[in-house]
Amino acid sequence: MRAIVTVIGKDKPGIISRVSAALADNNVNIEDISQTIVQGNFTMIMLCDLSNSKLNLIELKNVLIELGEKIGVSIHVQHEDIFNAMHKI
Amino acid sequence: MLNRKEIIETIDMVEKEHFDVRTITMGISLIPCIRDDAEKTAQLCYDRICKKAENIVKVAEDLGAEYGIPIINKRVSITPASLLTSSFMGKEVVLAKALDKAAKTVGVDFLGGYSALVHKGLTSYEKSFIESIPEALAVTDRMCSSVNVGSSKAGINMDAVRLMGDIIKQTADRTKDRDGFGCAKLVVFCNAVEDNPFMAGAFHGVGEGETVINVGVSGPGVVHHALKSIKDASVDDVAEVIKKTAFKITRAGQLIAKEASKRLNAEFGIVDLSLAPTPVMGDSVAHILEEIGLESVGAHGTTAALAMLNDAVKKGGVMASSNVGGLSGAFIPVSEDIGMINAAESGAITLNKLEAMTCVCSVGLDMIAIPGDTPASTISGMIADEAAIGMINNKTTAVRVIPVPGKGVGERVEFGGLLGSAPIMEVNPYGCDKFISRGGRMPAPIHSNKN
Repeated sequence: MRAIVTVIGKDKPGIISRVSAALADNNVNIEDISQTIVQGNFTMIMLCDLSNSKLNLIELKNVLIELGEKIGVSIHVQHEDIFNAMHKI
Repeated sequence: MLNRKEIIETIDMVEKEHFDVRTITMGISLIPCIRDDAEKTAQLCYDRICKKAENIVKVAEDLGAEYGIPIINKRVSITPASLLTSSFMGKEVVLAKALDKAAKTVGVDFLGGYSALVHKGLTSYEKSFIESIPEALAVTDRMCSSVNVGSSKAGINMDAVRLMGDIIKQTADRTKDRDGFGCAKLVVFCNAVEDNPFMAGAFHGVGEGETVINVGVSGPGVVHHALKSIKDASVDDVAEVIKKTAFKITRAGQLIAKEASKRLNAEFGIVDLSLAPTPVMGDSVAHILEEIGLESVGAHGTTAALAMLNDAVKKGGVMASSNVGGLSGAFIPVSEDIGMINAAESGAITLNKLEAMTCVCSVGLDMIAIPGDTPASTISGMIADEAAIGMINNKTTAVRVIPVPGKGVGERVEFGGLLGSAPIMEVNPYGCDKFISRGGRMPAPIHSNKN
C-alpha cells in the first residue's frame, strides 16, 4: 500500500533529513519525492511504499504529525487512493 | 506520480474549505425482529442494531484518518418503525426507547426511521404510531422521525397532512423546555426516498437489502471557493465549475463508501452528494448563491441561481458514483446556514421565497422557526403546499418547521451544534382551517399515469 506524505511549512535546514529518517526508521520506502520553496514556504510531497512498514498508516501518521509539531511544519499522511479517486478518471 | 497541484488542492479542500464526508449511514432491516409483544420486539431490535453497527464508529474514524477526509457523523437508519409496532398499539414508545439506547450503545450521532409511510392510506396501527411521535421524541435524544404523506404516484393523504400539523404542535409542546427541539428531529415528506443518509429524514426502505451503507458527502465551502476564481465568468461557465467540483468530492465519497461497506460487511448502497451547510462561516449554501451574484440570498434571482446550482451538483455527482441516490442536491435549511440566518434576520429572505426555492432545490422548508402560536391547521397548510410541489414536480419535498413555544416574530432560538440558531419567521396570518379540515385524499396528478 502506498501513501502520500505532504510536508508544508516555513523553510529551514534539516526538514527533509528529519522526515526521511523517521520514514527509514519504520522501514517505509520513499519511491518518489518532489519539493519546492515558494516565498520561503516549503512544500514537499513524497510517495511512500508501506508494504514492509513496521507501522500501519494511522500509526505512521501519528508519528509524523508528532514530528511535524516538533520541527514546526504541518505533515499530512494519506492513502494514495484518495487522490487517484478525486483527480484521475 | 500525482500532480502536486492536485495533492495540495485536496489538502486545501479539507483544511481551508470544510470539505468532509458528512455522514456514513448504515441502513439496517429490522423486519426479522417483529414480534407480537413490545418488550420482545424492542429487545430484538436493540440486539440487532448493536450487532450490525458495532464497528461503524471505529471504521469511520479509521477511514477518516487513512484518507485524510473527516467523517463528521456516523448514523443508523432502520425499517420504518410503524411496520414493527402494529401488534402493540399504544406501546410504541417502548421501541423508541430501545432504539435510542441502541444508538447510544454503538455511539452513533443519530438513528433515523421512527417513521411511517402513509401517502395513500392511514391504517389504525399507523395512526397509533404517529400519535406516539411527540412522546417518543420527548423521551429520546438521538432518535429521528419522519412521515411520508404524499407521492407523485399516490397523491396526497390530506388526513395525514391534518394529523401532522397537530403532531408537530404537540412535539413542540412536549419539548417546550428546549424551545420545541423535538421538531428539529421530525420531518414530513412527499416522495420520501428509501436510501437517504441524511437526518432527520433517513429510514431504511422496505425495498432495501439487509444491511446497507449510504454515504452523504458535503462541501458548500469547496464549491464557494472554486467560484471565487471565476468572478466574471458567464453562467454556463459557473455551472461547469460547480459540476467539476461536485464530481471530485463525490469521487471521494464513492471511495469511502465502497471501503466502508467492505469493512462493515454490508452492501454499498448509494452516495448522496448534497451541499449540506453548517452554521460555521465558510460552509454556507447561501454564500454560494451570493458568490454567483446575489446581493443577499432571497433577492429576486435566488430561485434561478439555486436551480442551476442544484442541477450542476446532480450532474457532477451522477458521473462520479456508480450509484447516486438519497436527496442529492443543495439543502436550504435556515438555522443550519450562516448566510440564511443573516438573510432571515435582515428580512432579505421570507417564508414565501423559501417555498419558491423548494421547487428547485433537493428538499423543502427546512429548520425554520415559526411563532409558537401558529395554528396546527396553518402548519398543515405548509405541509400541503410542500407536498403539492413535490407531487406535481416528481421530486422529494419536506417540511421541518419548529413552532417555538412562547416565542414570536423578532425573537431567536438556539439549537446548538450543527442545528444552529434561527430568528423566528413570520407566517401568513390568514387561515386555511376549512381546507385542512376537509380531509380525504388529493388525487395523483395526470402525469403520474405512465404505465
